[in-house]
Amino acid sequence: MTRTIVVDPVTRIEGHAKISIFLDEAGEVSDARFHVVEYRGFEKFCEGRPFTEMAGITARICGICPVSHLLASAKTGDKILAVKIPPAADKLRRMMNLAQLTQSHALSFFHLSSPDFLLGWDSDPATRNVFGLIAANPDLARAGIRLRQFGQTVIEKLGARKIHAAWTVPGGVRSPLSEDGRQWILDRLPESFATVSLALDLFKDMLDKALKGEIDIFGQFPTLYMALVNSKGEWEHYDGHLRFTDSHGNIVADGLSEDDYSQFIGEAVEPWSYLKFPYYQPLGYPDGIYRVGPLARLNVCDRIGTDAADQELQELRDLAGGVPTSSFLYHYARLIEILACLEKLQILVDDPDVLSSRCRAQGGVNHLDAVGVSEAPRGTLFHHYQVDENGLIQKVNLIIATGQNNLAMNKTVAQIAKHYIHGPEIPEGLLNRVEAGIRCFDPCLSCSTHAAGQMPLHLQLVAADGQILDEVRR
Amino acid sequence: MSVNTLKIDGQDIAVEEGATILQAAREAKIPIPTLCYLEGVSPAAACRMCLVEVKGSPKLLPACHTAALEGMEVSTNTPKLQSFRRMNMELLFAEGNHVCAVCVANGNCELQDLAIRVGMDHSRFAYRFPDRKVDMSHPQFGIDHNRCILCTRCVRVCDEIEGAHVWDVAQRGEHCFIVSGMNQPWGKVDACTSCGKCVDACPTGAIFRKGSTIGEKERDREKLSFLVTAREKQQWTR
Repeated sequence: MTRTIVVDPVTRIEGHAKISIFLDEAGEVSDARFHVVEYRGFEKFCEGRPFTEMAGITARICGICPVSHLLASAKTGDKILAVKIPPAADKLRRMMNLAQLTQSHALSFFHLSSPDFLLGWDSDPATRNVFGLIAANPDLARAGIRLRQFGQTVIEKLGARKIHAAWTVPGGVRSPLSEDGRQWILDRLPESFATVSLALDLFKDMLDKALKGEIDIFGQFPTLYMALVNSKGEWEHYDGHLRFTDSHGNIVADGLSEDDYSQFIGEAVEPWSYLKFPYYQPLGYPDGIYRVGPLARLNVCDRIGTDAADQELQELRDLAGGVPTSSFLYHYARLIEILACLEKLQILVDDPDVLSSRCRAQGGVNHLDAVGVSEAPRGTLFHHYQVDENGLIQKVNLIIATGQNNLAMNKTVAQIAKHYIHGPEIPEGLLNRVEAGIRCFDPCLSCSTHAAGQMPLHLQLVAADGQILDEVRR
Repeated sequence: MSVNTLKIDGQDIAVEEGATILQAAREAKIPIPTLCYLEGVSPAAACRMCLVEVKGSPKLLPACHTAALEGMEVSTNTPKLQSFRRMNMELLFAEGNHVCAVCVANGNCELQDLAIRVGMDHSRFAYRFPDRKVDMSHPQFGIDHNRCILCTRCVRVCDEIEGAHVWDVAQRGEHCFIVSGMNQPWGKVDACTSCGKCVDACPTGAIFRKGSTIGEKERDREKLSFLVTAREKQQWTR
């Protein structure tokens, strides 16, 4: 008899999702699907609003990565105004995004994923969380929490609040960094460097030993990668151009502008998920599978451009023997990116421009169609607005990072399920591994369906005729 | 000049003849919440937030529009009034589309302040989510009818202070809305002098300067009464 195992919801991710694992007659996994079960409709209710409100509205999509939406929206607004923003604004926006990447990656690594590594895949689910981590390793937990606090506080120092700071606006930013804020960042940077160094050492050691096997099982397959790079081909998070590379490190497409995204990104729809399936158009669906986010950014760039992060990047490439293609290495990539962000923050905080009050350009409605792009913690984020001559939104399209990893997440779930699940007896720890395949991508489903919340895990064993054979609740 | 004496919340008060209950209360530093009332222009009694109880009157009376008469006994803050004001505020919120989080007036909004003051933490009434428009046709200003509470301050400042009479109220009942000119786009109304008094007068984020983002709306409301004093008394002091 064929069976379906449903993991609903997936825990320790941002948003609502479930996983279905389909078993064949022999009890072997035939397929697995990652369903995103939320629907939000942001694109619809933005219609009719002034484009100047869009940063504020779209930031509300998410409480974890509002900065990404603030930036993509403000950049789209810059284009509607047809202004080049002041250098101070460019640097200040970059600072906020670096802080955002730091805090979000710290959340993903320390709060959400590290309990699996440090407490064990099969440990008690009741304590396999950040609180269990605090009990088992209080110093590490404290350091991780403080690293996230560092990123959040930099955001607050810039934009007056940690979440949904209405600070990035079309034309620039509202205010520069204060001298007090600058000093606070300088004072806290050394501790943040120490934490990321500690985490890198710990994780690299585990990759050598306890987690060695996971690299080959958790989403190890070739795909394309997409991310922004700067004019020198270096790691980029805010501006620059788009590049696609393959799993051998070959550049598939380069110098792409976000304005033309519809020519190289297609969006497929499947009836079983609210999350669309973007693909690289020249290769069609589903062959055009590509990954975005921390690992993609590191794979796509020639180098990062800062000393310590470049050394770590080389170590990662050496470990993989070329281009790292395992989704499990997203965790590693996240730590390297935190290091890169801290190094780049160090450079920016010493730049006198970030204290300049000339940080907002003014303009009217000069373009009626504009696309903005930025690198969110989870990958490349596009905002596309069409406005009328008075600047009222006629149409919105948001292409979210998590969506672009949708094909890869499905493939990862299937790979893990096929490796671990054989027969009707499914220990909880194995299902946790399946969930962890999703956590590699740190998906933000609230964003990608343009909801939030978390419920206890609910598993169902469903027979082919729909009969529920077994049910487990956490 | 004759003087009337009355009791407000048990306090003996003497005011000039012709003063309203609201003016008498403010002189005595007794707070009465207001929303549509604006110093310098005529009262409209549109918002009903300043309703008070007057002994001997079977109904609640708007303090902004009721003369303070000799021997009156007025109560401004009874449980009945508190409950009424909160309900009134809930109805105001349920009627329009008020989303503070993304509003230009967030943090600087009389509707928001008053909701907090009367203790409104939710609305017991179902939100109507009306389909209302935003008019951004004026080169400097915009009007978002979603945020309009029909206080008519804009109508009164434009007519009584600026003398342009750009604004009016159209339709009846739940269909009421503020119109510019002959229900034209604001940018097409020749009478508008782009003085910005309506922006200063608006208690919410309904009328704002273009380009303003969340919480950026600033007002200079005292300018309105300054202009009136300057014109009527030839005194240019603030």
